[in-house]
Amino acid sequence: MTLSSQIVQFLFTGITIGSIYAMVGLGFNIIYNSTGIINFAQGEFVMLGGMVMVWLTTMVNLPMPLAFILTVAIVTVIGALFERLAIYPLKKPSVLILIIITLAGSIIFKGSAMLIWGKETHTLPHISGEEPIEFMGATILPQTLWIIAVLAVIVTLLAVFFNFTMVGKAMRACSVNPTAASLVGINVRRIVLLSFALSAGIGAVAGIVFTPMVLMEYDRGAMLALKGFCAAVLGGLGNGVGAVVAGLLIGILESFGAGFISSGYKDGIALLILLIVLIIKPSGLFGVSEASKLKEF
Amino acid sequence: MKSSALFVLAAVILFGFVSVAGAAEPYKVGAVFAVTGPASWLGEPEKNTVKMIEEEINANGGINGRPLEIIVEDTVGEEAKTVLAVKKLITREKVCAIVGPSRSGTTMAVVPIAERYKVPLISCAAAEAIIKPVKKWVFKTPQSDADAVRRIYEKCQEMKIDKIAIMSGTTGFGKAGRDQLKKLAAEYGMTIVADETYGPKDTDMTAQLTKIKATKAQAIVNWSIVPAQTTVIKNRSQLGIKIPLFQSHGFGNVKYARTAGAAADGVMCPAGRLLAVDTLPDDNPQKALLAKYKKDYETKFKADASTFGGHAFDAIMLVVEALKAVGDDKAKIRDYIENKKGFVGTGGIFNFSATDHVGLDKTAFEMLMVKDGNFVVAK
Repeated sequence: MTLSSQIVQFLFTGITIGSIYAMVGLGFNIIYNSTGIINFAQGEFVMLGGMVMVWLTTMVNLPMPLAFILTVAIVTVIGALFERLAIYPLKKPSVLILIIITLAGSIIFKGSAMLIWGKETHTLPHISGEEPIEFMGATILPQTLWIIAVLAVIVTLLAVFFNFTMVGKAMRACSVNPTAASLVGINVRRIVLLSFALSAGIGAVAGIVFTPMVLMEYDRGAMLALKGFCAAVLGGLGNGVGAVVAGLLIGILESFGAGFISSGYKDGIALLILLIVLIIKPSGLFGVSEASKLKEF
Repeated sequence: MKSSALFVLAAVILFGFVSVAGAAEPYKVGAVFAVTGPASWLGEPEKNTVKMIEEEINANGGINGRPLEIIVEDTVGEEAKTVLAVKKLITREKVCAIVGPSRSGTTMAVVPIAERYKVPLISCAAAEAIIKPVKKWVFKTPQSDADAVRRIYEKCQEMKIDKIAIMSGTTGFGKAGRDQLKKLAAEYGMTIVADETYGPKDTDMTAQLTKIKATKAQAIVNWSIVPAQTTVIKNRSQLGIKIPLFQSHGFGNVKYARTAGAAADGVMCPAGRLLAVDTLPDDNPQKALLAKYKKDYETKFKADASTFGGHAFDAIMLVVEALKAVGDDKAKIRDYIENKKGFVGTGGIFNFSATDHVGLDKTAFEMLMVKDGNFVVAK
């Protein structure tokens, strides 16, 4: 393999894994914006997406498109229920309590998934086959193209939603100032519910498109959440575009780090970059430092 | 009134005594397995196996008329939890022997405890470091990684391969395998042209494989635990790498081969004979035992038997034989196991000695190859 085709291959690999970090990072941001907390169950939504899809297609034997819609619906409902049952009843929600609740939620989701679907690794068929596409001496799976396409669709839809719809604008208002938002008649509790449902849905989509590539098992969530969290922080917490760019960046850095420096230091390289960025610019690559000072966390 | 109360009391006490004397004190054996957590694919079949044996032995009247009680603790595959579990089993439950832990790292963490409290520990983990140098109270039942490496290198020599690329997970098992691969390479005339590692939960190894593709490697040897093993197989086929792929004996469950689908065809791994029991000749001394264990396990748990459950089977059966012969004295159990010869287990025929606490050599391994989602003996 020539050096140039190696570079192309590393780039493909980086974009593939970076896309999942980006999607998880997006989920973090949506909830962070409306509640000011980090939802530690975000990785579990991705895991649930993959697992429910596996269950619907291989055990219930539903056709792919139907199973896709049902999976997203089921996980969205789980996200909404989680908010209604665990977050909503709180009288005085403090950031710390909320974060611990999401942590507990992630353990419950993980444990339930283990009891329902067992401990083994599951897989799904690729959407359009497993025949690799050759490009400049490197290979890419059709599934990667699907993943990139799905990421692009999600980003576009979110952009439209947040900028051109009333609900989306209300959500942005809540993220700027919840008290002021409620004074102008926005139902903040409902926005929180919506944000949990939305990020669960995005997590489910990520889980569905990624399972064929990376396999899925009940305890995959934590690692995904960690990398997604890095993406969200690196891009500037709460910044959607930032999460996508940072997610892809972390993925590409990891892959080049593994390829050219040492695969043993792969995670180290990505985390080192994260540390350096946070020391130089604590609000993240795309964050505004004035805005981050106003946040509680 | 007073006297009748006294009578009742006396009756209760007496009855209590009789019932205690009637039900013989059970033999208590501890088991520490990674039943949940990242190594649950090891711990689950191990737990199932010892529970199945406990049931079977007690249904047949126990050992020397005393029931067998196996207390299973979950280690979650973590060192700290394993240490706590082993201490609890020794000091509170007062077990006479411990089987497990499941992983090499957790085993190394509890070796000092077994030595200090003088309790026989029969590990179900593979790394050679567990029994080399010999620790007085520690044994293990899985074949050593060094012997797995020898089998792979012998196969490479047979296939006229002398340049290999190695990949390993950053787990205790992966590291131990990597050390052995590097240590034994010179002995078999192998040159290691690439040495790549990855985290046990990594989702993509195309970067490492791309690097390997650019070298002159004639074969890849991968040393890790699932799901990484499956990912390596899938990524290898995505990159169109045609050189042979060897997996470690950690690949010993047919489910992993099936998860990788068609990409797994032709992948080779050294493994115990359990996985290819149907293709064994009838005069093989292990065949009857393997076939019975496989059938019992698969009917009871509706899951494929794996070599990992087999390691637990060998460990607990060693303890059971020791209990039969010498009772539950810890020192006597240790001496009995150390002198055990010709013990037929699922992993091979064990011959323990004062200098060898695994009792198996490389002949315990068979080189298997994946073919259409099943293991067959590699020709």
